[in-house]
Amino acid sequence: MTGAITSLRTWKRPPVLLKDPRWRWTILLGSAIYLVLAISSVEVNWFRVYEGLERGWKFIQGFLSPDFNSRWRDIQAGLVESLTMTLTSTAAGVLISVPIGIGAARNLAPAPVYMFCRSLITLSRSFQEIIIAILLVAMFGFGPFAGFLTLTFASIGFLSKLLAEDIEGCDSAQIEAIRATGAGWWQVVNYAVQSQVMPRLIGLSLYRLDINFRESSVIGIVGAGGVGATLNTAIDRYEYDSAGAILIIIIAIVLVVEYSSSYIRRWAQ
Amino acid sequence: MTEDTIWAFVADAPRQASDIGGRMLPPRWGYLNQLWQPLWDTLNIATLGTLIGVIIAIPVAFLAAGNTTPSRHFVRPMALLIIVTSRSINSLIWALLLVAIIGPGLLAGIVAIGLRSIGFVAKLLYEAIEEIDENQVEAVRATGASRVQVIDYAIIPQILPAFWGISVFRWDINIRESTILGLVGAGGLGLQLQSSLSTLAWNQVTVIFLVIVATVVVSEWVSAKVRRAVL
Amino acid sequence: MSRDVLNPLTHINISNGKKTVLELKSLSKTYKTGDRALTDISFSVPAGQVVGLIGPSGAGKSSLIRCINRLVEPSSGSIYLGETELTKLSGRALRQARRRIGMIFQEYALVERLTVMENVLSGRLGYVSGWRSFLRRYPQTDIDQAFGLLERVGLGDHYNKRADELSGGQRQRVGIARALEQNPELLLADEPTASLDPKTSRQIMRLIQGVCREMNLPAIINIHDVVLAQNFADRIIGLRAGQVVFDGPPSALSHKALTCIYGAEDWDQVQQSSESQNDEFLFSNAKVLELT
Repeated sequence: MTGAITSLRTWKRPPVLLKDPRWRWTILLGSAIYLVLAISSVEVNWFRVYEGLERGWKFIQGFLSPDFNSRWRDIQAGLVESLTMTLTSTAAGVLISVPIGIGAARNLAPAPVYMFCRSLITLSRSFQEIIIAILLVAMFGFGPFAGFLTLTFASIGFLSKLLAEDIEGCDSAQIEAIRATGAGWWQVVNYAVQSQVMPRLIGLSLYRLDINFRESSVIGIVGAGGVGATLNTAIDRYEYDSAGAILIIIIAIVLVVEYSSSYIRRWAQ
Repeated sequence: MTEDTIWAFVADAPRQASDIGGRMLPPRWGYLNQLWQPLWDTLNIATLGTLIGVIIAIPVAFLAAGNTTPSRHFVRPMALLIIVTSRSINSLIWALLLVAIIGPGLLAGIVAIGLRSIGFVAKLLYEAIEEIDENQVEAVRATGASRVQVIDYAIIPQILPAFWGISVFRWDINIRESTILGLVGAGGLGLQLQSSLSTLAWNQVTVIFLVIVATVVVSEWVSAKVRRAVL
Repeated sequence: MSRDVLNPLTHINISNGKKTVLELKSLSKTYKTGDRALTDISFSVPAGQVVGLIGPSGAGKSSLIRCINRLVEPSSGSIYLGETELTKLSGRALRQARRRIGMIFQEYALVERLTVMENVLSGRLGYVSGWRSFLRRYPQTDIDQAFGLLERVGLGDHYNKRADELSGGQRQRVGIARALEQNPELLLADEPTASLDPKTSRQIMRLIQGVCREMNLPAIINIHDVVLAQNFADRIIGLRAGQVVFDGPPSALSHKALTCIYGAEDWDQVQQSSESQNDEFLFSNAKVLELT
C-alpha cells in the first residue's frame, strides 16, 4: 500500500478529527444547514437596534464615568445584602455539604445512604440558581432570606459532589491502615479521610464563595435581594452611570475574592 | 439580611410551599406543544452565542497569553481587562443590559451569551497557551518560520484539543444559561417561564422546568461525548 | 587572528584549506540575570567538519548553539555564516538566515500532534508562503525531498503517523529529516542523544555523521558523552565556564585535557571503550588552555 503511494510521491494532510469522509461531509453539511436555519430564525428589528446604538454608547459612557454618589445608599444596602448572603450561604452550605458529601462517597457510605445523598445532589445540581430563586421567592417572599436559601441549596449540590469525588479518590491504603488498627467508622473518617480531604475542602469552599458572590449579584433580578435588584432598577430607569458604578463594584469585588481565594488556596495546599 | 425579610412570609412558607406544590401538579402536558419554538430559540441563543464568543475569544486569548502577546505592558493588560469584565458579569446581567440597549428578542440573548463566553473561553485558552511545550515552538522558530507560521505549526496543534474541550464545555453551560435569559426579555424558554409565572400558571411552570432539565441533561451528555472524542 | 595563535593545528590538519562556513568572533553572552554564559568565543568551522562541543553542564554549550541561530541573543561579538553577519539581522532577514541553519534538539522538539510529514515539511517554513504552509500545500519538490529524507533516515513508511506515536530514536530521525529539509548550510545539534539509550544514541550519531559526510555539511554537536563525541566528531571543542579551553582533534583529548574541561576525575574509566591513546604524545599536538 505504502509502496504505491510513495512512488506517486504526492502528499495530502490526513484529516485530523473525523477519519471517515462520509461522516466528515455529513457533519459539515449538517452544521451549515443548522447555521442557515438558526440565523434565519433570529428576527432582528434593525431599526430598534440602530436606535439602541445610541443608548449603548450612553451605557459605555456611563461605564467610563460611573456615578457612585446619587444612588450610593441603595448600592450600599444592596452590597451589604449580597455580601451577607454570600458569606452565610457559603458557611451553611459547607456545614450541610460535609455530611452529605461523606454520605455520597461510595467507599464510606452504605448503599441506601449513598443513593439518598446522590439523588439530593442531582436534584440540587439540575436546577440553576435563578430557577430555585424563583420558587423560593414564591414561598418565602421577596428579600435576601430567599436568596440565602437559594445559594445554600446550590452550594450543597456543588460542594457535596466535589467533596464526595475527593473522598472516593482518597488513598485507600491509608484508610485500610487506620481500619486495621481496629478504628470505628467515625475514627476512620476522622483520621484517614479528613487529613487527606481537608485542604481540598478549604479550596472548594473558597471557590464556592467566589461563585456565590457572582450569583448573589444576579438573583436579585427575580426578587431574592442583593445588589442585583439595585442594578435591575438602575437599568430599568436608564440610569446607566449608576448601573456602570454597580458593575464596576461587582467586577472589583469578584477580582478581590478570586485573587484572595486563589492565594489562600495555594497557601492551604 | 434579617431586617428586610418579612418573617410572617417565612413562617407562612410551608403552607405556601404546599400550596404551590399543589398547583404545580399535575403538569399541564398540553402546554408542551407551545414550547417547541422557544426550545429551538434557546438552542440557537446558546449555539450562536457560543460561536460569537469563541470567535472573539481566540484573538483575545493570544493577546493575553504571556508567551504570545505582542506587548506585555500594554496589549496584555488590555486583553486581561476584557476577560475580567466579561467573566465577572453574569449572562443574565449582560442580557438585562442588552435588552435595555437593543430591545428584547433573540439577538439580545445571543449577544449576551457571546459577551459572557468571551472571558470564560479566553481565560481557559490563554492558560492552555501558556502551558504549551516551548521546545516545539523553539524548533519551529529555528526553521526560519514567521510569527504566523509559528502559531500555525507549533502552538495551534498543541492547544487544539483544549480549545475544542473548552468550547463544548462553554456551549453546555450556555444551554443552561440561555434557558432563563427570557426572564429579562431575551427570548427562549425563559420568556414562557416569565409569562407563566406572571399569570401564576404553576402547572405550566412545571412543564417548563421539566423541559429545561431534559435539555440540560441532553446537552451535558452531548458535551461529555464530544469532549471524550477530541481529547 | 587570535584563534590562529591559540590553535594552529585545527586549521592545518582538520580544515585542509576548505571554505569556512561559520565564523565566530569574540562572541559573548550575558543573561539579564547577570549570569555570564559565554566569554569571548572565537572559532571557525569549515565545510563538512563535524564539531563535538563538550563541557560540563552550565558551561554554556546550549547558549553557544542558540546564539548561532539567534534563538538566544548574543551580547557582543559577531557570527558569520558564509558572507552573512548573523548578529546584525532582524525580522525577515533573520528568518531567511535561520532557514540556512538546521537544528536538532535534545527532546526531539517535534510538534507532537502533527504528522511526521508535516514535521519534516515544517523545515520548509522559511521558504514557502504563509497560505501554502497554512493549507499544507507544499511545492512538489519539497514533498519529493521530504520523502527522500524520510527514506534516508529509515522512516519511509511512517510519514502519516502522528509524531507522538513514534519511539524516541524514530522521533530524533524525524528531527534530523526536518533539519535537512531546510537544505541547510550548517547543522546545529543540542544534545541530540541525551534522551536516547546508548545503542540508539550511537545510531543517531552515526546517521548525523553520515549525512554530514554525504552533503559536505558542517555540524556543531553539543554533546555530554565524551566517548560518543570522540567516536563521531572530527574535532572537539571543550567549553568550561563559557570559555573555550580545548580545541583539537578527538585523539588529542587526553586526561589532562578532560581534567581541564570537566575538573578532576578518574578518566581511565570514562575512556575505556575508546582506543588507547598515547596521552603525552597527543597532548603535545593540541593546545590546552589552562584556566586561571
